[in-house]
Amino acid sequence: MVTVKELSKEEYLLKGHAACAGCGPAVSLRSLFKALGNRVIMVVPACCTTVIQGPYPYTSSAVPLQNVLFESTGAAASGIVAALKQKKAEDITVVGWAGDGGTVDIGIQALSGAAERGTNFIYICYDNEAYGNTGMQRSGATPYGAWTTTTPTGKRERKKDMPLIMAAHRIPYVATACTSYPLDFVNKLRKAKDIKGTKYIHLLAPCPTGWRYDTSKTIEMGRLAVLSGMWALYEIENGKFKLNSPSDRLIDKAKRKPVKEYFAQQGRFRGLSEADIERIQKWVDEDWEQYGKLTSGSAVEPPLYGKA
Amino acid sequence: MPQMTIDTANHIAGYAAKAARVKVVAAYPITPQTTVVEKIADFVESGEMNAEYIRVESEHSAMAACMSAAATGVRTFTATSSHGLALMHEALHWASGSRLPIVMAVVNRAMGAPWSIWPDFSDSLSQRDTGWIQFYCADNQEVFDTIIQAYKLCENERVFLPAMVCLEGFILSHTYAPVNLPDQDKVDQFLPDYKCGWTLDINRPYSHGNLVSPEWYMEFRYMIQEAMENAKQLIPQIDKEYGKHFGREAGGLVEKYKCEDADLIMLTMGTMASDAKIAVDKLRKEGQKVGMGRVRVYRPYPTEEIVKLAQSVQMVSTIDRHISFGMEGFLASETKAALFNQKDRPLVAGFIAGLGGRDVTAETIEKMAQKSLKSMRAGKVEKETEWVDLRE
Amino acid sequence: MSEAKKSRKEWPLTPLSTPTVGSMGKTGSWRTFRPEINYGKCTRCTLCWIYCPDAAITREDDDSVKIDYDYCKGCGICANECPTKAISMKREEE
Repeated sequence: MVTVKELSKEEYLLKGHAACAGCGPAVSLRSLFKALGNRVIMVVPACCTTVIQGPYPYTSSAVPLQNVLFESTGAAASGIVAALKQKKAEDITVVGWAGDGGTVDIGIQALSGAAERGTNFIYICYDNEAYGNTGMQRSGATPYGAWTTTTPTGKRERKKDMPLIMAAHRIPYVATACTSYPLDFVNKLRKAKDIKGTKYIHLLAPCPTGWRYDTSKTIEMGRLAVLSGMWALYEIENGKFKLNSPSDRLIDKAKRKPVKEYFAQQGRFRGLSEADIERIQKWVDEDWEQYGKLTSGSAVEPPLYGKA
Repeated sequence: MPQMTIDTANHIAGYAAKAARVKVVAAYPITPQTTVVEKIADFVESGEMNAEYIRVESEHSAMAACMSAAATGVRTFTATSSHGLALMHEALHWASGSRLPIVMAVVNRAMGAPWSIWPDFSDSLSQRDTGWIQFYCADNQEVFDTIIQAYKLCENERVFLPAMVCLEGFILSHTYAPVNLPDQDKVDQFLPDYKCGWTLDINRPYSHGNLVSPEWYMEFRYMIQEAMENAKQLIPQIDKEYGKHFGREAGGLVEKYKCEDADLIMLTMGTMASDAKIAVDKLRKEGQKVGMGRVRVYRPYPTEEIVKLAQSVQMVSTIDRHISFGMEGFLASETKAALFNQKDRPLVAGFIAGLGGRDVTAETIEKMAQKSLKSMRAGKVEKETEWVDLRE
Repeated sequence: MSEAKKSRKEWPLTPLSTPTVGSMGKTGSWRTFRPEINYGKCTRCTLCWIYCPDAAITREDDDSVKIDYDYCKGCGICANECPTKAISMKREEE
């Protein structure tokens, strides 16, 4: 595991950008460049990062970045990868960096297509659990019970499990990450870079503007998500499931913080009833039972989805 | 030795993409375009064509992939029809706004509802505002020649716009006809290496497509218009150069047939022109001074050519294989617009024909011409727009 | 802005934005509270540096950290995360 001090001092997300104060995705974008350096071409659909870059004629990205149509991240990345192959420049890493809306909703088709074709790129969904750019409307990644501007009394549906959907494509690498665990994210990116094929990382990125908490608590919020089990840090490498620290110590329910603690900190969950919280706690416990089974229980770890 | 072959326009489009040394093709199948991309798949898999073929999962993704590949620095190609083209709509805007020299074959097919697989121009003409150059071909040879010329045009630094090369479904796409395929080195001499106005380059990083405020946006749009005007000048030049190099021209902006002393000109697009020529010949035999004009380039609209064409005629009748609901055929509207401020402008009447692949024969066109001659002699247009061969 | 004075002939053909520090200007003006480091308590763990969304904290060769107040938005993450509570948030004077 890399240490903070081993990370380069070079900044490729330049200060003075347009992100909200306390923006989780911005922290992680900085981490991304620390992991991958600047031999990178970024593909960014309509999302918060579109605006974070700042307006023409300036940009806060110090690497080449193509802003693309909302649905098209996976397809655009496919085009760049193909062109780089023809130009014999395949050592340049192609990175799709998209919000949750542009991944699990409108962008899912292009991403699925790119994955099915085994496109050699890294796709990161930075998930702030709503359509942030347009003012916090619900997306398929919004969790059950959360307030958004289009679910003012709380979303009725559960969060789409995008990492497992991507694992079903039998791509060589699927991982979850969280803004609050930058070294884990860096490790995963570096691992992904060396794998050929489609690599998908789903990053939980806390958002003070959408989640309604004080801007100073962004890192704390992500930590709480992981420690309560609301978000698990794991990798699925060639179908083999593995929990990462600190999630690997949370299979035992007693070690997990109650989800109540997570909800209490965020204004968007103010509308949750006791019954809601119980229901969510049950779902989380069920998920973790699954994670437990996937992690151990037999001599050979069962594959989640068969190898390609 | 240039090779004489007999093949469908779709296959010929594939040959043209190969001859143009396209490096990335991203395409999705749709009737009646499918044999274009199947041909290209054959070429790529056999090694005859050194290109990446991205078998995308929708037309929207096809155009997205082409845009990104073009921006990364390679020549790209795709093909589609009808609803596939419609699905690409927002991407068409993005491509021209990004000034990417993509060339796309559009195998014209009617729009639904209801489903129709047969040809008309409703698909490509609906996209006339997207900033794409539009060519309309009348035969298989022209399809080949136009694709090659399109790359030269689009990659010219005074243009840097994408282009669609339109050909009618089934009439051309699936019809075998003789085509002269030039030697690869002749094409290489004519078409230089790919050029684009900007590239995604790690040595010179930019962000492309950031938010542009009202303070800046309008000028970028003006630059696209300027590029269109430049294209209008360059198209005949490139055609002449092509003629010198390969021994035949493709038709320039407007193909003219027996127009010099005409009283009436039948103005049309695509393969209807071939039938129009037959009608013109018959009418000429009967002593009628009729001519035919084929608008080969619809965008940029060849205003100056149309004005010149109309100078000494009494009437222009347009044949539109398309209707803009609530108004009239596009060719009719734009021809009227081009001629409106001219002194002594001719009468203009519009005909709608051939929608959904209904056959437009020489006889039909002859009837349209006869109606037009009547109006011409009466000095006024009876009907602004007349639908032809409509069942009662 | 020199960009505004450029004639259209010098514009790029399509909006290409140049990497620039301060694309939104001096975002330090967004602050209501400003972080202040008590260097006596700072252990140079550099966590504040990695957690800053704005890259407004620079890390020197000796791992000491400095806040760039031109760009610090005052979010308070650094203060919240500092393991020795070496950073405190003070209200900006008018």
